[in-house]
Amino acid sequence: MDFPVLSLVTFLPMAGLPLVLLIPRRLPGTVKGLTLAIMLVTFLVSLKLYFGFDPDQAGMQLVEDHAWIGTSIHYKVGVDGLSLLLVLLTTFLAPIAYLGAWTSIQEKVHEFAASLLVLQTAMVGTFLAMDLFLFYVFWELMLIPMYLIIGVWGGERRIYATLKFVLFTMAGSILMLVAILFLYFKSGGDTFDYSVWVSIFTGEGTVGQLSKLEQVLCFLAFALAFAIKVPLFPLHTWLPDAHVEAPTTGSVILAGVLLKMGTYGFLRFAIPFFPDAAALLSAPLMGLSVVGIVYGALVAFAQEDVKKLVAYSSVSHLGFVMLGMFALTPEGVSGSILQMVNHGLSTGALFLCVGFLYERRHTRLMEQFGGIARVMPVFTAVFVLVSLSSIGLPGTNGFVGEFLILTGVFREGIGSVIEPGNLLSWRNLVLVLGIVATSGVILGAVYMLTMVRRMMFGPITVEKNRSLTDLNLREVVVILPVLAFIVIIGIAPGLFLDKTRASVDEYVRTWQPRIMQARNEATARRNDEVREQIIRMQVLNALQGGGQATNLEGLKWYVVPPEEQGGNHE
Amino acid sequence: MEPKLFAAIPVIILLPAIGALLAGLLGKRWGDRFAAVVANLAVFSSFGVSLYAWWFLSNDAAGMVYLYKVYPFLKSDLLDIGLDFRFDRLSAVMSLVVTGVSSLIHLYSMAYMKGDRSHARFFSHLNMFVFFMLLLVLGANLVVMFAGWEGVGLSSYLLIGFWYEDMEKAIAGKKAFIVNRIGDFGFLLGMLMLLMYNQGSVDFFALERFANSGVPPVANELNMTVICLLLFLGAAGKSAQLPLYVWLPDAMAGPTPVSALIHAATMVTAGVYMVARLSFLYVHAPIAMAVVAGVGAVTALFAATIGLAQTDIKKVLAYSTVSQLGYMFLAVGSGAFAAGIFHLTTHAFFKACLFLGAGSVIHALHHQQDIRRMGGLARKMPVTHWTFLISTLAIAGIPPLSGFFSKDEILTAAFLASTPFPMVYKVFWACGVVGAFLTAFYMMRLYWLTFRGEPRDHHAFEHAHESPWNMGTALVLLAGAATVAGALGLPGEGHLFSRWLAPVVGKYTLEPQHASHLTHWGLIGLSVLVAVAGLSAGLLVYRSGPEGVSARIARAFGPLYRLVAGKYFVDELYALIVVRPLKAVATFSYKVVDKVFIDLLGVNLPAWTVKGIGVLPRMFHDGNLRSYLLAVVVGVLCLWVVL
Repeated sequence: MDFPVLSLVTFLPMAGLPLVLLIPRRLPGTVKGLTLAIMLVTFLVSLKLYFGFDPDQAGMQLVEDHAWIGTSIHYKVGVDGLSLLLVLLTTFLAPIAYLGAWTSIQEKVHEFAASLLVLQTAMVGTFLAMDLFLFYVFWELMLIPMYLIIGVWGGERRIYATLKFVLFTMAGSILMLVAILFLYFKSGGDTFDYSVWVSIFTGEGTVGQLSKLEQVLCFLAFALAFAIKVPLFPLHTWLPDAHVEAPTTGSVILAGVLLKMGTYGFLRFAIPFFPDAAALLSAPLMGLSVVGIVYGALVAFAQEDVKKLVAYSSVSHLGFVMLGMFALTPEGVSGSILQMVNHGLSTGALFLCVGFLYERRHTRLMEQFGGIARVMPVFTAVFVLVSLSSIGLPGTNGFVGEFLILTGVFREGIGSVIEPGNLLSWRNLVLVLGIVATSGVILGAVYMLTMVRRMMFGPITVEKNRSLTDLNLREVVVILPVLAFIVIIGIAPGLFLDKTRASVDEYVRTWQPRIMQARNEATARRNDEVREQIIRMQVLNALQGGGQATNLEGLKWYVVPPEEQGGNHE
Repeated sequence: MEPKLFAAIPVIILLPAIGALLAGLLGKRWGDRFAAVVANLAVFSSFGVSLYAWWFLSNDAAGMVYLYKVYPFLKSDLLDIGLDFRFDRLSAVMSLVVTGVSSLIHLYSMAYMKGDRSHARFFSHLNMFVFFMLLLVLGANLVVMFAGWEGVGLSSYLLIGFWYEDMEKAIAGKKAFIVNRIGDFGFLLGMLMLLMYNQGSVDFFALERFANSGVPPVANELNMTVICLLLFLGAAGKSAQLPLYVWLPDAMAGPTPVSALIHAATMVTAGVYMVARLSFLYVHAPIAMAVVAGVGAVTALFAATIGLAQTDIKKVLAYSTVSQLGYMFLAVGSGAFAAGIFHLTTHAFFKACLFLGAGSVIHALHHQQDIRRMGGLARKMPVTHWTFLISTLAIAGIPPLSGFFSKDEILTAAFLASTPFPMVYKVFWACGVVGAFLTAFYMMRLYWLTFRGEPRDHHAFEHAHESPWNMGTALVLLAGAATVAGALGLPGEGHLFSRWLAPVVGKYTLEPQHASHLTHWGLIGLSVLVAVAGLSAGLLVYRSGPEGVSARIARAFGPLYRLVAGKYFVDELYALIVVRPLKAVATFSYKVVDKVFIDLLGVNLPAWTVKGIGVLPRMFHDGNLRSYLLAVVVGVLCLWVVL
């Protein structure tokens, strides 16, 4: 057994809790400093994950497994390419979110720090847990500190917002708990182990194999919990309220990390546990994701409150994440994972920026600003760059994520040919969804640039804004690392994608054929047979035409080597 | 020898990027002068290295292409996209035009932007633009090209809204970005389709092989047509063609050097470059070619008519740019790719010169842009006047100036295009000829009202002065280039330009239909005739100033004139059918769907119902001992009665 680095990353924040609480009330500065130090140390330790991670290994790494309660419940944690970046995102964003609202939390400094530390442990734990019981404990543990952060340090309507947040989340989690218990007994009642469950539920002819109905019901129970967290349209209305009322730190963590619990949950649990149900329900889920992309953008366009605008833009961005994931192609899934990180960085940075302004003016209404580029040039430069990343301009992280996702969706949607004869086939559906999703690039520019124009440009219309001061050193220090990653991911995405590749490829290789098979049974087997025949004939034609077609297993890709292409290029 | 060229390519691109960073980060501290000098040095050196690379390439065997692969950008089992650069004869021409014209405009800007509060920001953005433009023209695959494509859009957005405190200018910048994004939607879809059909590579070599392979299920004419049309949507956005041209006239809100560089000479021609670069795709899609040519021809005519009635000196030139870009698309759509790039080059010279001349006038008249308030400036500003006149004659198509050769070549190509639809192309040709007449007409109007006749604003006239040396130098050099560049494109065997480009686009150029010498000379004669007629007509109408003959004509054609002067009310139409519905849908989604349907009926109503149900049992649990006792007594009595 090596050094338990995963447990260290998970529990370091929580271990700091007694220290923080022991410091006398009259020393709030010490508490802040100590909390920040704990977070920074945690981040440094988590870097070990990045550098110690073997990118060629697809399975779980750095696994720690100890019996915990009885024999069936284990403390088991592990990291793979699906979770690595999200863990790093969490440890990276936590100190930034805390330092970003350094001066705005004046009351109950101790409790605030304590809540954040517990929250961080819960978040990291959720990403790392490889035992469903452990996962559920961390999952629910997240709720309490977030409830307090919004409810105690929030804005005017904080009670309504925090209650809504908790009730929404609980509604989903309860059903998930029922499903987990059902699965526990179904699996033989002696383990909660993730990998064991996967092999039991999806194996051929094993004892615990789920019937189709069981799969669908359990999938729905999990999906509801996750879809609320994402949030998927139409389950999103808790999000704008929670964001608007939450303090800056809360918003950054909420948007940056908490929403990803939903998408991560789909990726980690819902699809591998219930592939047949996923095959059946991925079309409606992708449909809702695309509705979310367009709808979120439209509603964002109608906002007057910047924070609400950013909140609705999250609905739009997370729609992309869901769409890419359910396309189940290597590009779609890796784009989806990268876009989770991107959204955390870009939206986190946007909330930080909004927070900087709020601390100065105590308002978030766009009409209260205008022309502040004149008085806050550095802030404006930062804000424009972050907005561009949110729009997905090449050179920023947003482009890489969206481009990968769209590539993944088109790969699933086009396959080899558009099928004019079979308009309602799965592929054509995905293709149409992909095209509609692509239009999100226009709508994104519309609402983001309208916001930038209204707030930053034009003459200064409100007298108070004349005396605004530009970013101070602390604020620059907070935002610079985020900007750095926005650009680094945009220019050299390989640094991060390489870490996820092996796991993603393995994931797609395992689940994609399984789901395709289930989908054909469920929907249009006959149509697909006809289609394959057509393609087979076309491939034969191509072969006769001089080109060499290879890689025919999936009948999807034509590789025609250059020397045999018959083109007239030398 | 080769390594030298490989070293040159990144240097060409990186110099402006370094310039942008230095000017942007240190300009505020080290002063305006520093920013301006650094930016100028960066671009001039980049031009110098481009010249070296061009010279190197011209000594090499024809058709050599230099690929510079920096690192793999995106890789998966399907995708293989690298940050690759490509230096061939087409990129050589483009990088020379871009860095050459940029250098002169940077020089000009030193004087033009003197005293502006945000001097450093201006030069930083301008350098950033050059960087992205070089990325665009030197990229070896569609993704790198797209990165440059979006980057120049960003620079354009920032520079149009350079004086952001003016709300209209900020709005113009945003409009440019959003309209371009509509085009980019097409670009992105086309690129994604190519990625799928071509095994995850959008490298130009790979695409060329793919297009020529003719693998039936994928590389068929239908797919090619769809892809080409989608990509052309992107080109139409960036190059301001119908129906997406509306952002360019508004983009004149930017400083005049920006209009000259970005919105006349370089960025807006990116669409033409893209079609020429992808000529191997377009030749496989005759319908898409016809659409390209048609949109170009109609835009050429349409924008020229709007140019007739504009009164802002920059707006006239803006519509003229839209119109001239139309000619370039007519050329590439007719399969004459070299002719399109040739017109792109000559246009870069004379239109940049015209814009800088306009800037010189605006500078002299303290930001007066209305040509009705000008007149008689020829005496006061000889350099500006003469260079403007030369460029006017060039764009009108008077031989032997460059515009004559390039435009005539385009019209001939359209007339003789080898296409399945020759009659349709004749109509395009006719549009082009009428457009050429109108071009000569509105340019004469612009020239005369600005420089000749009597000064109509005496106060401004008194203060007018010739511009400083750096502005003059740029004007003279550009006018000189506009004069002699035609020599590169003499008809027939002497056409150095198309011979130079032959290895890149030659084999995809559609051989024009055979025609007699008489036809060829007739077409040339017609071009000259049309140009002379247009200039003369303009002179006749506007010799008496804006109030003379022209006003009578305007009155005679009242509604028609108002329609043209109102720019066919296209902006108003778009506001009505696009902008307002979008806002309405957005508001409806938020106020009705989100607030009422989901949040009120779906969330709060169930919550209130549960709360409401709770009211009754809560009455019993009021914590009052006497009421509990009462309940016990009543219960016991009930039990007693029942039992």
